[in-house]
Amino acid sequence: MKSRWTLCACIVILAVLTAILLSGCADQTRKQPIKVGAILAVTGPASFLGAPEEKTLTMLAEQINNAGGVDGRKIELIVKDSQANPENAISFAKQLIEEDKVTAIIGPTTSGESMAIKDLCQENSTILLSCAAAETIVEPVASYVFKTPQKDSYAAIKIYQTMNDLGIKKIGVVVSNAGFGLGGKAQLEKYAPEHGIEIAITEVYDKGEKDLTAVLTKVKDKGVEAVVNWSIVPAQSIIPKNMKQLGMNIPLFQSHGFGNIEYVKAAGEAAEGIIFPCGRLLVADVLPSDHPQKAVLTKYKNDYESRFKEDASTFGGHAYDSFMILMEAIKKAGADDVEKIRSAIENMKGFIGTGGIFNLSPSDHNGLALDSFEMLTVENGKFVLYN
Amino acid sequence: MSFEIFLQYCFSGITLGSIYAVVAIGFNIIYNTTGIINFAQGEFVVLGALCAITFSRLLIPVLPFALAMSIAVILAVVITTFIGGLIEIVFIKWINNPTVLRLVIITIGLSFLLRETSLHVWDEKVRALKYFTGTEVSSISLLGAHFSPQVLWVLGVTAVIVIGLGLFFRLTLTGRAMRACAASSNAARLCGINIKMMVTISFMISAAIGALAGCVTSPITQTQYNMGSSLAIKGFVVAILGGLGNSFAAVGAGLILGLLESFSIVLLPNAYRDVVAIIILLGILFFKPSGLFAKKEESALKEF
Repeated sequence: MKSRWTLCACIVILAVLTAILLSGCADQTRKQPIKVGAILAVTGPASFLGAPEEKTLTMLAEQINNAGGVDGRKIELIVKDSQANPENAISFAKQLIEEDKVTAIIGPTTSGESMAIKDLCQENSTILLSCAAAETIVEPVASYVFKTPQKDSYAAIKIYQTMNDLGIKKIGVVVSNAGFGLGGKAQLEKYAPEHGIEIAITEVYDKGEKDLTAVLTKVKDKGVEAVVNWSIVPAQSIIPKNMKQLGMNIPLFQSHGFGNIEYVKAAGEAAEGIIFPCGRLLVADVLPSDHPQKAVLTKYKNDYESRFKEDASTFGGHAYDSFMILMEAIKKAGADDVEKIRSAIENMKGFIGTGGIFNLSPSDHNGLALDSFEMLTVENGKFVLYN
Repeated sequence: MSFEIFLQYCFSGITLGSIYAVVAIGFNIIYNTTGIINFAQGEFVVLGALCAITFSRLLIPVLPFALAMSIAVILAVVITTFIGGLIEIVFIKWINNPTVLRLVIITIGLSFLLRETSLHVWDEKVRALKYFTGTEVSSISLLGAHFSPQVLWVLGVTAVIVIGLGLFFRLTLTGRAMRACAASSNAARLCGINIKMMVTISFMISAAIGALAGCVTSPITQTQYNMGSSLAIKGFVVAILGGLGNSFAAVGAGLILGLLESFSIVLLPNAYRDVVAIIILLGILFFKPSGLFAKKEESALKEF
């Protein structure tokens, strides 16, 4: 009896070994796939950023593989869900670099996570294409680290330019106590003097806040002419509700973090008239047909919306830009030499993405200009261009 | 500080406090029967709100608004109650020697389970139930200060729950039996009370209250699958602050915490507001562990 079991076990082991050997041989005759890692906050507090990014990457990788891959090789996408936690991001980055030996990492979703793995990627010569906004990710420049969302400072400048047009001089600033909010606060404070804007009050609120009437009461008491809210948390739609409930009928400006129609839905009627800077993806339909980004934007938007049955957001667009810039660079440089790919990204000019037209250079690892932002507003529950 | 501003901080505090209180009441029910803290209470709140949002989106286009909302809320409460009961039967009933620590760990596990399940059933998006009366922009103005009509709904529903529970525990046989279980489970068993049944009922009631709390607060707080734990922490602080097991005390403690948090912003940046809650909790645990409104002798009998 015993010997029969041993025999069975031997046969199973042999079969497995043969299978492994055969698959190994097959791999050698074919070209290895290109491994691309992605660290995204698919679930957790920043999931409304990370989930569309993950969906976008899955869709793009499939599209490229179905079309025969890039440089004759398939893309193998390895997605890790960091839940917006910097510690998770660090351990995933180590895994992707040391075990999976990826060519490049896309993400992380949030600024805090991106900063946490910036040095790690630089030291290990792994390309990082961050989908997060904070300017510190690419300033100072690290040769292997890039980012695709528009810079915070441009958002602040755009907001101030609009305020100048409206004759607004005295404002209140409220931000969340997350990396994005605090980064925005710094940019707003930095650019206020040169635009003749006085920040009468700055309040930092907790990112899990449920009701912000107390904060806004304090702001209202200062007699400000407009409020700027800078956050990526649900407070973005609590602020407008509370302002209206407090009878604050002054303009509300928000950051580019507002570029997700779900926030408009959650804020309902209170969202009407919010002004914010954003990439053109949300207004792809109304762009003039000769706009250089029109084709890219409508294709991505239609692909995404027909596949996932939900509205495309600018955040998915950042993942699109990161991924497509990488593919473009691999096409130019071939897949085997990371240094060549890096240099191809660094010298990429005129790449049309969802965030704008990228002109990267060794001193600018973002590559977008001030005009990559458009001022948008909410009208009848939809995003429209602000005039 | 002008009177208007003072009043505005008061309203803001009442808004927060009523949200905390209605969450805290759910903790008290299970505590009253089992002597444990159900850490999945926050998830019941989220579950109720998410169900109501889904049903309301389905029903509002086809039915008059008030009817659609009532049906949505009732369905959400019924479903959550059912899930509460089911969870107790599947995960807790079979335990022969239910020590407090064991049950606490199980409820923490359940909160993870419920959170991940709601992520899969719904998704990661932020949703909000429609305001029961008026819209996102309507507000009631009183002596120059403003608040949302939804706050009245939260206060009203909290009052109804507290009074209803008070009557239930004092007047009905089931209610009395549940209190007997809490006082001494052995004595209750000797009197012929089906303790396991009482525990199931207490989970169902607290799930129902959690769901109702989720429905009335969702327009203000909005709802996302992972909001349960932060709501539960504040609710827990309030339950301890008032004195565990006492729903009237929970309302008082909720309002006190809400007002203190709201006025703390005069002195501190808003981001430090949670510090207020923690300091209060520590203070209470040091100086009056029985809670603000509980008697010392009474709390000496409690297990926790």
